[in-house]
Amino acid sequence: MEEFSFANQLFQYLITGLTVGSVYAMVAIGFNIIYNVTEIINLAQGEFVMLGGLIMVFLHAVAGLPLILAFPITVILVTLVGMLLDRLAIRPIRQPSVLTLIIATIAASIIIKGTAMFIWGKDPFDLPAFSGRTPINFLGAVIQPQYFWVIGFLIVTVILLTLFFEKTIIGKAMSACADNPDAASLMGINVKWMILLSFSLSAAIGAVAGITVTPISLMEYDRGAMLAIKGFGAVVLGGLGSFPGAILGGLILGTIESFGAGLISSGYKDAFALIVLLAVLFFRPSGLLGSVEISKIKRF
Amino acid sequence: MNETLTEHILEVEEVVMAFGGLMALINLNFQVKKGMIKAIIGPNGAGKTTLFNVITGTFPPTEGAVRFKRQSIERLKAHEIAKLGISRTFQTVELFTNMSVLENVMVGCHTRTRSSFIASGFRLPQVKRKEAQIRSKAMEVLEFIGLTDRSEESADSLPLGDRKILEIGRALATEPELVCLDEPAAGLNETETQAAADLIKRIKEKGITILLVEHDMKVVMDISDEIMVLNYGEKIAEGIPEEIQNNHKVIEAYLGGEEDYA
Repeated sequence: MEEFSFANQLFQYLITGLTVGSVYAMVAIGFNIIYNVTEIINLAQGEFVMLGGLIMVFLHAVAGLPLILAFPITVILVTLVGMLLDRLAIRPIRQPSVLTLIIATIAASIIIKGTAMFIWGKDPFDLPAFSGRTPINFLGAVIQPQYFWVIGFLIVTVILLTLFFEKTIIGKAMSACADNPDAASLMGINVKWMILLSFSLSAAIGAVAGITVTPISLMEYDRGAMLAIKGFGAVVLGGLGSFPGAILGGLILGTIESFGAGLISSGYKDAFALIVLLAVLFFRPSGLLGSVEISKIKRF
Repeated sequence: MNETLTEHILEVEEVVMAFGGLMALINLNFQVKKGMIKAIIGPNGAGKTTLFNVITGTFPPTEGAVRFKRQSIERLKAHEIAKLGISRTFQTVELFTNMSVLENVMVGCHTRTRSSFIASGFRLPQVKRKEAQIRSKAMEVLEFIGLTDRSEESADSLPLGDRKILEIGRALATEPELVCLDEPAAGLNETETQAAADLIKRIKEKGITILLVEHDMKVVMDISDEIMVLNYGEKIAEGIPEEIQNNHKVIEAYLGGEEDYA
């Protein structure tokens, strides 16, 4: 091995951090989509990521479907789970308060996790990397090609979502529900459909995150909860409900984690996210890009 | 007026609305003729806004029937009623505050847009065309209500008078046949009130039927074809403006029993 300077090492941490951060950002975007339409914090968000990874493992590594087929099928299946979550756990609740619904999502996450354990067992699974595992040397850092896939999919997701919310009438209708659900329904917008759509979108994005990250970090049945906490940390850091905030929060959180693990101790890796979460709640509860007024009005 | 020739666009039959023990509407019967402006007046708490909420599907009536173009709508959801062609504005302006003036109207256009999620997700050229159509339709509405030059401003930044006008515009964007306006002149100064009254008359000229709740009697008397008076959830009078002005029951309800006042 050639000389491995301190600067190179820092760059390595940065790339790793941005990759992990991209996953957190995708989870955070999923949180925000549902939150913006319903004010629910969907604590089953991490389970979508877990399911994305494990279903992909089954279809691609076990059943042998090619990547190009297994990927969309996995996304569709996880999206269906998201729809079922809305239909079975959220919609049937009578006179829902936001808190009741959040608790329902906790229950759902436990059920999904338990089911996954029955199906896949407790072992972590690997998935072949999309374009091999030959590392690329870039500015002195050793980068797995899969890192680019993760970051790339975050970028694609963000572009597609921006187009959806800015350019399509359904996207606008969804923003309208988030803004003023009563007025929206009097404009002929079916708010229940929009809630279903928000769960579908969040599940699909979670699945993409899970599929792309599994070749790097493996996937097992109980990964969801920690991913949800990290994603939620990113949401709080960026400001609840803000999409740019979710991306920024996710990337910052991933980077802090990576530098913390590299420079201080990898044993405290998960603690860094929680420390950031607490620090934000103490010093700037509205988050980096959230507005103070909004955080006062919102119920959470 | 020839009753047999005029079609009723809205029929309210024996409607009762009870909130627990409180009777907000009691056996209410009335019709609205197509193409007219019908005003509903009455003291505060008479049940006017409740009536709007029942008609537009915010909540179903406890008893009774509501028919729009001969179709029962009292059990339909708000978004279904909006699709049939009833739109409304609110007493307290309820705009989409995070959106621009134009976008508010564009959301109103959503009602008449047939587009599946799949289509909008995967066929970008078609989406672009549809977006352009909606945008130009929304601009037409803005031109009609006179807010063209403020189209890119945030809805939140408009003065109250313009926000009320914009809310009417958003209601028109759903291409309704019946518009329910809840106190369009409340809180407006004289000039703004006049502008709102003129706009309402121009909406009528387009052939849209208007149901109007308003406290400004000058506006009501000026633009209404028919007036219905509610008091404690009951209809106490109905007729053309001149009849209502001279109705003793109405004067009593408003002024508290001073029979000799008129």
